[in-house]
Amino acid sequence: MKVLFAKIAVRRLFVTISVVAIIELMTGPAGSNSAPVSGFKGSFVESSSFFGLFRAQRWIVFFGLALIAWVVASFWINQGTQIRSRVRQVIAVPRKATEKSFVRRGALAALLFVAIILPHVETAPFWQAAMVEQIAVYVLLAIGLNVVVGFAGLLDLGFVAFYAIGAYTTAWVTGALPTPALFHHPLNPFWAIPIAIAIVMAAGVLLGAPTLRLRGDYLAIVTLGFGEIVTIFANNLYGITGGSLGTKQIPHPSLDVGPIKYHWGITPVPYYYLTLVFVVLFIIVFSLLERSRVGRSWTAIREDEVAAESVGINPLKYKVMAFAIGAASAGFAGVITASQLFFIFPSSFTLLFSINILVLVILGGMGSIAGVVLGAVLIQTASSYLLHSPPSGYQSQDLYMYLGALLIVMMIFRPAGLIPSRRRKREIMLAEVDHEGHLDEVLGGDDL
Amino acid sequence: MGAFGHYLLAHAVTLKHEFWQLFVGGVANGLLYGMIAVGYTLVYGVLRLINFAHSEIFMTGGFAGYFVLRAFVGSGAPPAGLASIGLIFIGILAGGTAGAVMATVLERVAYRPLRRRNAPKLAYLISAIGASYFLFNLAGKEFGHLPVSTPQPYINHTVFHVFGAPVQMFFVIIFIVGLIMFVGLDRLISKSRLGRGIRAVAQDAETASLMGVNIDRTIAITFIVGGALGGAAGFLFAMGYGVVYTMGFVPALKAFTAAVLGGIGNLRGAMIGGLILGIFESLSVVVVQAAYIDVVAFGILVLVLLVRPTGILGERLGRAA
Repeated sequence: MKVLFAKIAVRRLFVTISVVAIIELMTGPAGSNSAPVSGFKGSFVESSSFFGLFRAQRWIVFFGLALIAWVVASFWINQGTQIRSRVRQVIAVPRKATEKSFVRRGALAALLFVAIILPHVETAPFWQAAMVEQIAVYVLLAIGLNVVVGFAGLLDLGFVAFYAIGAYTTAWVTGALPTPALFHHPLNPFWAIPIAIAIVMAAGVLLGAPTLRLRGDYLAIVTLGFGEIVTIFANNLYGITGGSLGTKQIPHPSLDVGPIKYHWGITPVPYYYLTLVFVVLFIIVFSLLERSRVGRSWTAIREDEVAAESVGINPLKYKVMAFAIGAASAGFAGVITASQLFFIFPSSFTLLFSINILVLVILGGMGSIAGVVLGAVLIQTASSYLLHSPPSGYQSQDLYMYLGALLIVMMIFRPAGLIPSRRRKREIMLAEVDHEGHLDEVLGGDDL
Repeated sequence: MGAFGHYLLAHAVTLKHEFWQLFVGGVANGLLYGMIAVGYTLVYGVLRLINFAHSEIFMTGGFAGYFVLRAFVGSGAPPAGLASIGLIFIGILAGGTAGAVMATVLERVAYRPLRRRNAPKLAYLISAIGASYFLFNLAGKEFGHLPVSTPQPYINHTVFHVFGAPVQMFFVIIFIVGLIMFVGLDRLISKSRLGRGIRAVAQDAETASLMGVNIDRTIAITFIVGGALGGAAGFLFAMGYGVVYTMGFVPALKAFTAAVLGGIGNLRGAMIGGLILGIFESLSVVVVQAAYIDVVAFGILVLVLLVRPTGILGERLGRAA
């Protein structure tokens, strides 16, 4: 019992209650402009049904939860060493196994198999559509952003721009824009894939060459603005992009090469397989890249740019490369979205979208391909589920509130992500340990 | 001569009249940008990082001011005279307090745990972006997603003319409040003990702590000062343009541009940068469509960062103002 009355524990109680109160507010009913207090009132002093099991005053339930969490946390921190080391022992066996290459390959094959049969297991139309629009496309975007943020360590907040450029390129070559098509006769979206990827990569070089000289935080804000500008242009250049009304109808892709004839129709499953092929392709290419000379240069630049430069690596060149290569998968994702959804609108390419992708990368683990795929699948499945059957009080915009909170929580408790890249984790730990000696003296006091 | 020249000639008469009108609007916007930019610059000075969530401090101030005005003015006729001045004062106080409180909470939740661990810079940025997204979407959830206009605490008549361009009450208020705040802040940072502490931490945190400056406290106060100005700017903005949960994003991006333009870490630079950006952007309407104003502001940011990343007055961390 003594653990619960120490000064630090009382403080922890305060923190726990605050956190639970915030969760209470987040899951509570929405307020409105004419009744700004109603959201708070509904969250704290009214009763609501919990999972359809029982009805109770919200604050009582949440206060109870806070107390339980506090007691558990207090004992965990004080006496959890034994439990933690036990858990570590249990985890050690499967963790060791994953280091063997045949286990890894087996696991990958099993996952691929699951991904292939998934549309035949889950046949609900909503989920089949979600598999393409909400999950597969986002996996692509996440592994693309991972090259930029994870491998090269550049925070790109305007990743949506590349996705938008990919989508609009598709509309362009298929003749769905008000402006004349790229070629004399409109192509079908399948042939837009290489063109879109090329154009998006060129856009990456164009944007990257001037801006990648900037320091990390400046780069973040410049890319943020770039993403915003692409939306502004798409919204206002009526003669070129169709403006806020969007494009004309974009045809479905079809393939007609020798004996192979296939036409993608309106059902999502064929798009799923098309995307899956490219996901696998991009994963192979990116993981080869990571282990190549290029990938090692990225690591070097990320860890110490000056040192990298002094051994003859041109940082700008490799950063621009990361930008362009990462953009490629976003460009392809744009093609898939455009050709599957018929129409594209500027409103689907907002900044919120860039942040959404960033959350997938951060949750999974910067620099870890397995991690970002897991992150993308987890979050996008959860958000599709929320879209499919929203709990009471949930509005679709609330998703970004949860994602924002998730970013803070990840940075505080697990900055390297769910499946950390070993190298990345080491970097973070090194940076933190590096100054620990005198940092404590300088800053003093105990942690919040 | 070119097409642009012809355009200018053809519109010379309207332009002359419009110029001053745009100029006045630009100065008012510029003062607002400057007030927000100060928050960026102060925090950058002590922590060497961009407080991405500053836009939400601005938004908080806007909403606080909005609710205060709604409570006091309601839907009745706008008050005049002393009552107006009193209301504006209360609104600024409310906005500033809300901004300061929000800034403090941000510092405690999103920054301090990372600072304790000496986390890499990327972690700060991501945490701040998360905080920003969390906050404005929470505001959207609690206060609705539609923009609303604010009850007017004054009668927005034309006060006087500058070269034939009318200057409205709203602009006059911004001029007065902005000037008072800038001069006050400038004095605070360059003359007071508190300001010396902030400058000392900005110069060299470790040495400052050896000299008896409490770093944690100084950082917290820096956030409070920047937050108060940002919140007050939020109130002024809300008074003229209404509130919406995403209101912070664009003004904050421009304020950041202003901070970089003037030289980040440089207080006077932030103010001057804000003014220049506001005027330039406002005048750019003559050349480009209004929809592209944000593109102009952003183009300036990229240009400054590429050509002169230290800004007009130069980066000044820790020197007097």
